[in-house]
Amino acid sequence: MPTVKSLDDLKKIREEALKKQQLKETSGKTEVIVGMGTVGIAAGARETLKAILDKIESDNLSDIIVRQTGNIGLDSFEPIVQVLLPGQEKVTYGKVNPEMARRIIDEHVVGGKVVTDYQIES
Amino acid sequence: MRELALHILDIAENSISAGAGKIRIYIAENLQDDLLKIVIEDDGKGMDADTLANITDPFITSRTTRKVGLGIPFFKAAAEACDGTFNIQSTPGKGTTVSATFVHSHIDRMPLGDITSTLMTLIIGSPEVHWIFEYQNGDHIFIFDDEPIKNILGEIPLSEPSVMKFIRAMINEGLQEARDPERVEHQILTQS
Repeated sequence: MPTVKSLDDLKKIREEALKKQQLKETSGKTEVIVGMGTVGIAAGARETLKAILDKIESDNLSDIIVRQTGNIGLDSFEPIVQVLLPGQEKVTYGKVNPEMARRIIDEHVVGGKVVTDYQIES
Repeated sequence: MRELALHILDIAENSISAGAGKIRIYIAENLQDDLLKIVIEDDGKGMDADTLANITDPFITSRTTRKVGLGIPFFKAAAEACDGTFNIQSTPGKGTTVSATFVHSHIDRMPLGDITSTLMTLIIGSPEVHWIFEYQNGDHIFIFDDEPIKNILGEIPLSEPSVMKFIRAMINEGLQEARDPERVEHQILTQS
């Protein structure tokens, strides 16, 4: 496998990403937020976030912003994932393991349909 | 928490909450002196002497969402469980430095764990922070600074798939090179 760590390669990656952006209509970006407080981390939030990043990478999904945040204040439901589609209300999911996270990306982030099985009141 | 990498993530979250613009994570493995050292340094809002004196007490927290904060006492306990040391220094308005040492070969020392996942979480999840990561193994050092990457990317988000792949490869290769320089040299020779 060729090495990819030179910043020149990153410039090429940027050019490609810019081309891809120009092809798309700018409809705003989807945000996925993972709670990363002490309780969240202990409950596996890093693995949940990793599953989300890996899914975005493997399915080559652009225009998704992944953010982490401190304590969301719903300790008993950690790990917590929130999805914010452009122009819609924030949806909160609780006790999200990596498998559930992948389903949320497929059905909600890509498909636009809330995964009500995992949804909690925030 | 069973990995030091998860503790590092937790301590770095405190730095983010303290409004840090720049956070440096330093890990050094020194097998000669049988030491593992971890430092997390930020330029956040810092703490006054009273708060600092109580910070390692599990029943004190500056958070308003919950009364009990355990991150720092957990990390301190992890270091002390293997004859290590723990130190926290803070100046209001200047920042906070948390450092811990561990006896490398101690039976109770947690593994370093998945450093790459911890860094990806921080770099991608908090792009407003300037992240510097240094990993030292004896004389070999790997320094990762995300500022040149962000300067090149401009408006392209870090969560762009090809960008994440690039950053992960950069960290993995750097860690591998510092951990096992001879093996990497060998790979380069066999590739060419």
